[in-house]
Amino acid sequence: MLEIKNLSARIGDKDILRGVTLSVPDGEIHAIMGPNGAGKSTLSYVLSGREGYEVTGGEVIYNGQDILALTPEARAAAGMFLAFQYPVELPGVGNANFLRTALNAVRRARGEAELDAVAFLKLARAALKNLSMQDDMLKRNVNVGFSGGEKKRNEVLQMALLQPGLAILDETDSGLDIDALKIVAEGVNALRSPAFSALVITHYQRLLDYIVPDKVHVLAAGRIVRSGGPELALELEAHGYAGLEVA
Amino acid sequence: MSATVETRDTVETLTADKYKYGFTTDIAMEEFPKGLNEDIVRLISAKKNEPDWLLAWRLKAFALWRKLEEPAWAHITHPPISYDELYYYAAPSGPAPKSLEEVDPALLDMYEKLGIPLNERAALAGVAVDAVFDSVSVATTFRETLAKAGVIFCPISEAVREHPELVRKYLGSVVPIGDNFFAALNAAVFSDGSFVYIPKGVRCPMELSTYFRINARNTGQFERTLIIADEGASVSYLEGCTAPQRDENQLHAAVVELVALDEAKIKYSTVQNWYPGDAEGKGGIYNFVTKRGACRGRNSKISWTQVETGSAITWKYPSCVLQGDGSVGEFYSVALTHNHQQADTGTKMVHIGRNTTSTIISKGISAGHSNNTYRGLVKIMPNASGARNYTQCDSLLIGDQCGAHTVPYIESRNASAKVEHEATTSKIAEDQLFYCRSRGLSEEDAVGLIVNGFCKDVLKELPMEFAVEAQKLLAVSLEGSVG
Repeated sequence: MLEIKNLSARIGDKDILRGVTLSVPDGEIHAIMGPNGAGKSTLSYVLSGREGYEVTGGEVIYNGQDILALTPEARAAAGMFLAFQYPVELPGVGNANFLRTALNAVRRARGEAELDAVAFLKLARAALKNLSMQDDMLKRNVNVGFSGGEKKRNEVLQMALLQPGLAILDETDSGLDIDALKIVAEGVNALRSPAFSALVITHYQRLLDYIVPDKVHVLAAGRIVRSGGPELALELEAHGYAGLEVA
Repeated sequence: MSATVETRDTVETLTADKYKYGFTTDIAMEEFPKGLNEDIVRLISAKKNEPDWLLAWRLKAFALWRKLEEPAWAHITHPPISYDELYYYAAPSGPAPKSLEEVDPALLDMYEKLGIPLNERAALAGVAVDAVFDSVSVATTFRETLAKAGVIFCPISEAVREHPELVRKYLGSVVPIGDNFFAALNAAVFSDGSFVYIPKGVRCPMELSTYFRINARNTGQFERTLIIADEGASVSYLEGCTAPQRDENQLHAAVVELVALDEAKIKYSTVQNWYPGDAEGKGGIYNFVTKRGACRGRNSKISWTQVETGSAITWKYPSCVLQGDGSVGEFYSVALTHNHQQADTGTKMVHIGRNTTSTIISKGISAGHSNNTYRGLVKIMPNASGARNYTQCDSLLIGDQCGAHTVPYIESRNASAKVEHEATTSKIAEDQLFYCRSRGLSEEDAVGLIVNGFCKDVLKELPMEFAVEAQKLLAVSLEGSVG
């Protein structure tokens, strides 16, 4: 269960989030939509602990724990996962090595046994197969020379392996063609379970055709201005965000 | 007298720095009086029962050294070194051991602790080791196995006695006694080191390695290594180095000479982990080393790979003189500096023969308050038609208090030569660190991963067994560099 209570944050002296309140019960997927500049990416970075974002008020409770004091890696160990809007390239770092290091870091933090190379490869190959991805994905350097679609799929692969309790998808649909979009959506849907919840941050409704959310929230000017069911996304698609800031 | 010996771990393992090789070994030692003069040179030579020609060679070097000055062009600073305050010879007392069974158990324990078991049954499969402790070689493993293949692998002091014709022919033929200040000093006072001869057409059946350990206080280590690969021979050789953690600086001035005849191949790898000094820059090894290989024969090849993480100061330019037509020189380097370490390292590729090629890949990583300089020379002589060089120098900065410098010299005197140089400088980006941490990696593990990725092109050149070790070493050496 994720509970965001009256969360405010700024970058430098610019207030971006102005009291966001939201809760995502276990097993549910919530979408956050909103116009450009509403604070969608800031929300995802504040939730995952990126430096440079100053929290000026409110709290974020995940599974009963106040996570705002935790490092990004501790949040990952607690079960949170951020799928990046722009996945980062790591030259010279093999994807398999990166994934295994990450998985073992998380397993260690959770008190689980680390996986050796053989056990990891077995797991990774199974995950690739489920996501209709090629094995050579593991041999390449992390995101280096990947197309936009491949980068996003790599995010979904990482998510599938790390098995988070809460996934935050930051505009994962941007730059994806329809086939890649379906693969990404299937990856998220495959994780659906009573123990999994997700915040899907998106500008467009189209991703929500494939990942059907339990609730839709509209973020505008740093606040949640409306919440509703999946039909809200369709309404936004038809009428746009105009006028929502004052609602 | 045979000493009552016990090995004592004097390292406070809880000190801030993580140099795990910083312990000292308590063992009865024989040291010569401190300071350097002709008498000390004579004493070293006499101690080793050297022939007259070698004593004369040393004395000539000593006379040259007195006229030379410390080179001042490198991007390093240090207080003056008092050559009169150093000891030039230190060795475990008593007669030299004739076999592993006679080696002092305290020494065997120490090497065990360093991860270099000298007992052949426990040794790393396929690697023969020459262990040099302060001024002398204490043990060489797998000598019989190697002898069957005709390979000579022994302390150089022994080679002087057993194979004088080879030593006399090649010693000083690549690095002349007056080559530079530190090489001259080494020629005058070198006490031991490794000697390798691979006969014609022989592919050395195992990896050879020398493990250097400085133990005694205020003692310089001046080892000399000579490797000769005869026609069509090939060998892969690795050296490793550690030293105790001490507050004073210690001097290490080694010379390595490689000779490759027709179609011969020498691969020389170094993992240098001398004590780097503490976080404030106190103590550490001054590492002034001259390494040079001569590709004398046609189509011969010399490849240097180095991972330099230790030493307070590293001054070292493993070079290739490409004399034979079609000969190949390679230099792959990772130099990592942290805290107050200073490294000025690179290579010289001198193209003399026709169609000679050289490749230089240098990766410099600077953290803390350190300074890291790549200095390289690519020289194409008039007869080197068709010569080619490719140089790539990449620098990675961690933090904003460190420096990275690239000083490439290119001299081409043949219009048909092709020389390429690429250089980059980058910082570990905040988004790379955050990306890794959001996947559960600690900040230090993230830096280790990114740095190892940065060095991958060089690390893959190391023999397998040591590549893993080098990766860990890079991560450990960077502890505390971020946050």
